[in-house]
Parts: sequence; C-alpha cells; structure tokens
Amino acid sequence: MIETEDLSKQFNDFWAVDGVTLSVKPGQILGLLGQNGAGKTTTVRMLTSLLTPTRGWARVGGYDVTQDGDKVRASVGVLTEQHGLYMRMTGAEYLEFFGRVYSLDVHKRRLRSDYLLEYFGLARAAGRRIGEYSKGMRQKLALARALMHEPPVLLLDEPTSAMDPESARLVRDEIARLKSSQRTIVICTHNLVEAEALADIIAIIFKGRILMSGSLEELKRKVLGVNEYEAKFSSSWAGDALKIPQGAILRERRETGMRFQIENPGETNPRLVRELASAHAPLVAFQEVPRTLEQVYLKAMADVQSSHAEALHA
Amino acid sequence: MRNDLQMIWLVAGRELRDQFRDWRILSPLIILTLSFPFLMNEVAGQAVAFFAKYGTNLIADRLVPFSVLIIGFFPITISLVVALESFVGEKERGTIEPLLSSPMKDWHIYFGKVLVGILTPLIASYTSIAFYLVMVSRQHLQMPNSYTLLLLFMLTTAHAVLMVSAAIVISVQSTSVRAANLLASFIVIPVAIMMQGESVLLFWGTDQVLWLAVAAVGIISGLLIRLGIAHFQREYLLGREFDSLNVRWVWQTFWRALKGEGDSVFSWYRLEIPKVMRKLVFPILIMLVVAVVGSWLSYQWATVAVPRMLPAATTRDFEDVVKGARQSIGLAQANQRLSALYIFANNVRAVLLIMLGGLVSFGVLGMLLYMLNISLVGGVLGIFNLIGFSPLKLFAAGLLPHGIFEIPALIIASAIVLRMAVILVTPQLGKSMGQVILELLADWTKVFLGVVLPLLAIAAMVETYITPFILMSALNLK
Repeated sequence: MIETEDLSKQFNDFWAVDGVTLSVKPGQILGLLGQNGAGKTTTVRMLTSLLTPTRGWARVGGYDVTQDGDKVRASVGVLTEQHGLYMRMTGAEYLEFFGRVYSLDVHKRRLRSDYLLEYFGLARAAGRRIGEYSKGMRQKLALARALMHEPPVLLLDEPTSAMDPESARLVRDEIARLKSSQRTIVICTHNLVEAEALADIIAIIFKGRILMSGSLEELKRKVLGVNEYEAKFSSSWAGDALKIPQGAILRERRETGMRFQIENPGETNPRLVRELASAHAPLVAFQEVPRTLEQVYLKAMADVQSSHAEALHA
Repeated sequence: MRNDLQMIWLVAGRELRDQFRDWRILSPLIILTLSFPFLMNEVAGQAVAFFAKYGTNLIADRLVPFSVLIIGFFPITISLVVALESFVGEKERGTIEPLLSSPMKDWHIYFGKVLVGILTPLIASYTSIAFYLVMVSRQHLQMPNSYTLLLLFMLTTAHAVLMVSAAIVISVQSTSVRAANLLASFIVIPVAIMMQGESVLLFWGTDQVLWLAVAAVGIISGLLIRLGIAHFQREYLLGREFDSLNVRWVWQTFWRALKGEGDSVFSWYRLEIPKVMRKLVFPILIMLVVAVVGSWLSYQWATVAVPRMLPAATTRDFEDVVKGARQSIGLAQANQRLSALYIFANNVRAVLLIMLGGLVSFGVLGMLLYMLNISLVGGVLGIFNLIGFSPLKLFAAGLLPHGIFEIPALIIASAIVLRMAVILVTPQLGKSMGQVILELLADWTKVFLGVVLPLLAIAAMVETYITPFILMSALNLK
C-alpha cells in the first residue's frame, strides 16, 4: 500500500513536488502522468526513500519513508528512468548480483533469475554481456531486476518505452499478473494507451502538484463532461419526428447520425432507443462515443496551461 | 556482522570484476606496474655504480629502499582513477540509482567502494615492488632487510589508504568525473610532497619518524573515511546535477550563520556569542586538560631531561635556550619593548595557523600546534627552575598578567577548531558538506571576532605595558 499526505520536495527555491496526496491499495495500479519535469521522478524517489520529503509524509508497504528507509527500499522494486545496468556483466550475473543485494538465498536467486530471464525472452542471452544487448533487452532486464525479489510495491518509470510491441505486451501482461497478486503498483508513463489499459487510478501531475486524480471514468466525466452516445443510421434521416426524452440532450445532428449527451445512460438510453424506433429512424447502431485518456490528458493540460497563461498575463 | 561483510564484499567484488574486464583500466595498470620496476632497476643500478665509484656507499645502500617507495607509489596514482570515479562515475553512467534504491546500508556501499579502491592500487603496488625486489635479488645490489621492507610496505599501504579515502570523499562530493579528476591534484600533490619528506627520512635512516608518519597517515585516513561516511547522503548523490560555483549561496549561507539572530553588533554579541560559547563547553574542558597535562609533562621533561643534556651542551646551546625562554615568558619584552601590535599580530598568526592546520587535518595539526604552544609554558618554567628562578613566581609575574587573557584566547581558539573537526566527521542530516563547512567557518569567525581578537588585543597591551614592570620588580631586575 502507498499512502502520501501533502508530500512535497523543495530544491533550493524550487518546489519539484508540492502537496501530493495519494492512496494506492494492494491490487491497484496508479498511473502517474505528466510532462517532463512535472515531478514524477522526484515523487518516485521520495517513495523509495532516496529523497527526504521537505514537507508531508509517505508510507510505502506500511513503512514511513523518512523513518524506515531500509525497510521501504527492501519492499519496493524500482524501474528507474535510466536502467542502471552494469554493461560488463552478463544478464545472469546482473540478476544474481541484485538477488544477493536483496539477500535472496541461492535457491531463490536461481529460481527467480531463471524464471524472469525465460519470461522476458532473455534466457538465450543470459550469458552475454549487457553491453551487447539491444535497448529493449536492456529494459526487460532492468524490469526483471525490479521484480527479482518479488516486492509488494512496484514503482515503474516508463516500463515499456523502448520495447517492441510484443515485448511491451509481455510486460503489460506481467504487470497485470502482479496486480492480481495484490501488489501495489505505480507506473509513471507518457504512454497513455498503456496507462488506460493498466491503471485503476490515474493522477495527472503538473508543476509538482496533482492536477486531478481518480478512476478513468471519473476523470473523463470531470474533464470531458458527461458521456456522449451516437445513433448511426443506414440512410439519410431528418429526424424531425423524434421526441427526445428527458435526460438526453442533442449535441450534434448529421445526415446519417445523431449525437446525444446523456447524464444517466441506464435510465435514458432505453427510452431514447424506443423513441428512435417509434420515429422510424433507420437505426443501425447505438453506442457510446469512445473517449480516451489521451483526450482527457490533453484537455486537462490545455486547460491548466491556458489558466496559467491568463494568470501570468493578468 | 557476517551479513554486513558479505554486503561490503558484494559491492567491492562487483566493481573489482568490472575493472578486470575493462582493458582501458587493465592495460595501463599492467604495463606500468611491470615496466616501471625495470626502469627503476636500471636507474638504481647505474646510480649505485656511480656512487660506489666515489665510495659513497651509504647513499647507494639507501637507493633500493627509496626505489621501493617510489615504485610502490606510482601504481597508486594510476589506479586512483578507480576510486575517484567510484561514486560520481556510477552517477554519470546512471548505475548508482538501482544500488541506492536497494536496502543496502550507506556504509555497506561506502566501505565496498573503499575496499575496491584500496585493493586495486595495493595489488598493483605490491606486484610492482615484488617484481623489483626479484630483480634486485638477482643483482649485486643490497637487498633491504626485513624490518625496512616491512616499513616500506606499511608506508605504501598508508599512502594507498590515504589517497583512496580522500579520492572517495571527492567522488561522493563531486557532480562529474571531470571535476573529480581535477580535484585529484589536491590528493596527489600533497602526498607527493609528503613522499619527498619520507624519502629524505629514508636516506637519513630515521625509521622511528617514518613509523610515526605511517601512524599519522593512518589516523588521517581513518578520519577521511569517517568524513566520507558522515556526509554520504543518497539524496545529494542523486539530487545535484551540475558543477556550479554559487558564490551568492556561499555568501548567503555564511552570512546567515554568522549573523544569526543579531540585528546589531550589540544584539549579535548578546545573542550569538553566548550561543556559540555554549557549544564550546566540552571542547574547552578538553583543551584545559590538554593544557594542564601538556604543561606538566613538558615541565617534568625540562627538569629531568635538560640536566642530562647539560654535559654535552655548548655555551651557544645555553645562550639559545636562555634567549628562547626569556622571550617566551616576556623577559625579552622587558629589555626590547616589543610593540603591542607586534605581539598581537604574532598571536593572531598563531591562532590562524591553528585554524588552518586544523581545517586541513581534521583538527590533528591544530591540536599539535596548540599543544606545542601551551606546553612551551611548562618547559620554559622548568628550565628557569633549573637555573634558580622560582617557577611559581615567574608564572605569576611573567605570564599571569597577560596570560589570563592570552591563554583563554588560545584555548577557545583551539577548542573551536576541535569542535569543527568533530562536527565535520559527524553525520549532519539534511545538510550538504559545503553547508556544514560554511556554518562551521561562521562559528569560527564569531569566536575569532567576538572573543579571541578582543582577548588577544588586551593581552598584547598588558604584555607590552604591564607585564614587564611586574616581572622586573618581582625578579628585582632593572
């Protein structure tokens, strides 16, 4: 479990992280999104007890990051922005080294190392120097290192950034498996599709502050407004005879379709479909208009930047 | 404990393996380790033959030990690069973060780096020395005896430990390998100068002093390692990105610490001076004990050892001793009337030397200078006792009038240096090493300006205008 309250970090006169309050339960994945320099890495470093918070507190895996640094670090697996690989070591030696750093016994070290090398498709390259690995292989090895001691908390910075689609899928599957085994996971990423697919909670960080956080649905509603539904027609239909039921607002009318904003789809949608049918609409499909995390993120960032610009201008 | 040692060895072993796989480190190390003994052997052979031609066998006898000292030193300087980049190099390569994110304790990582930093140069040095000795044994050169060899090995080890422990402190505090390499001259040059002194001592055959040098280097190395661990903070290793000299920050930090809560000279005196003096209670007590014990021992030494030396002493020696002693207790002033400004400047110089000596040696040199100054009192009184003057009367009339100002000034000035050394080697959470040094310098400035300078000024006035009259009347001199 990860809990933070007013977590803040100041470097000289600059607040890199300012008042971050979060809660991630076991079995949950938090997707931490934000621009470069927004404070994601600083937050992760505070959660790893590498940086001491200037203000506020954080508990990771039940331990206070300021008081129990060693215990926090023992219960966290970190994939850092720079992978931190020793280029003259072989892949197997590298995992063996970190297995010993985390005090795993010989049997466990071998077991975990073999499993992870096999899982990430690195078994055949295990005896080769890391310097000879491709970028993707290096990233997989770094991820394997973070998972080596089966930590209850995982902090992953861009876990699939340099990977080919198959490898990225492999990593996402592994993260999903870890989530189902009640691990607490934080993913810092610019890959919004990945965050959308994996994260239970999304937090957007801007200039050190959490701009918004919540489930994807909550964020969509907050940023993009209520859900929209689209009725598609097989041919051109004017729709003058349509009685729009209460709770639905017509947002857009086209020749072969209509788009409605619906506050309470469970109640309103059946009535709307009935009205469309009784008005003899050539209806072929009625579906929710897909809204992506990318739309949410871009809108949120555009809003905050324009309000910042206005504030500066004023 | 076993687990701790395993962790230290884990860090060291990994890096050692890394080095042995890097031809850019290995090649020069092997080439220089093995080729330098050949060169030295050739030079030593030629020199021995040259000296033998003129019958100066003593120099020739000492050439081989000297060569061993030099041969042992060179591989250390070459492999110093390993220690210099131990932390900052990993930081630049981005490999430090996974290690710092692990549950390893700070000192596991630090000692691991120290161990590997020492092992590489020592392996190279010992190999080079052994190689050279094999060559010596096959020629008509005199092999150093086992005692000298032990001394040489200890000196080489002490140099390696000193240089590596300093290099690792630099590596932790630097933000780039380039900066660390530039700062390395602050290690190599002093050690090279020290080596010159050791070489002279080696030619003179003063082994006891060389053993003392080994001990002193050992103590300073230990303090350097302590300093490094005290200021090893994961946060600073990751947090600082650039080498920038922020003069504004330096001045502001120093000024803020110096000014404290005082907003006028009066309030500064009233608030800040008592505050800093309270911090000095324990160091002052230590300095008082050192003063009493040092003076007593030197008094005893003067009264026991000097009579033993008397039969061998010349008239000139007597004159020198008496002249020195007169000057020490103010009798010189009685005749020469040294100006107050001269005495004041002289004492200020002594206090500054104690501070500077203490700052570069974690208080060791400062403490030695203090002991030298303070013990002189006992020694001089002992000598005057021998020539028939009452030491108590001399103390009361020749030292006490200005000494009640001067001796406390010296004690306080040395106590603050001792405190600086202790703070420097003690972990200061949340503060960078630079910040700690600036705050300590501010404390020193407070004590120097607020307490020591006024006391020394009063002491100089008393010593010039009052002490000589009291002393002359006490001793019935004109």
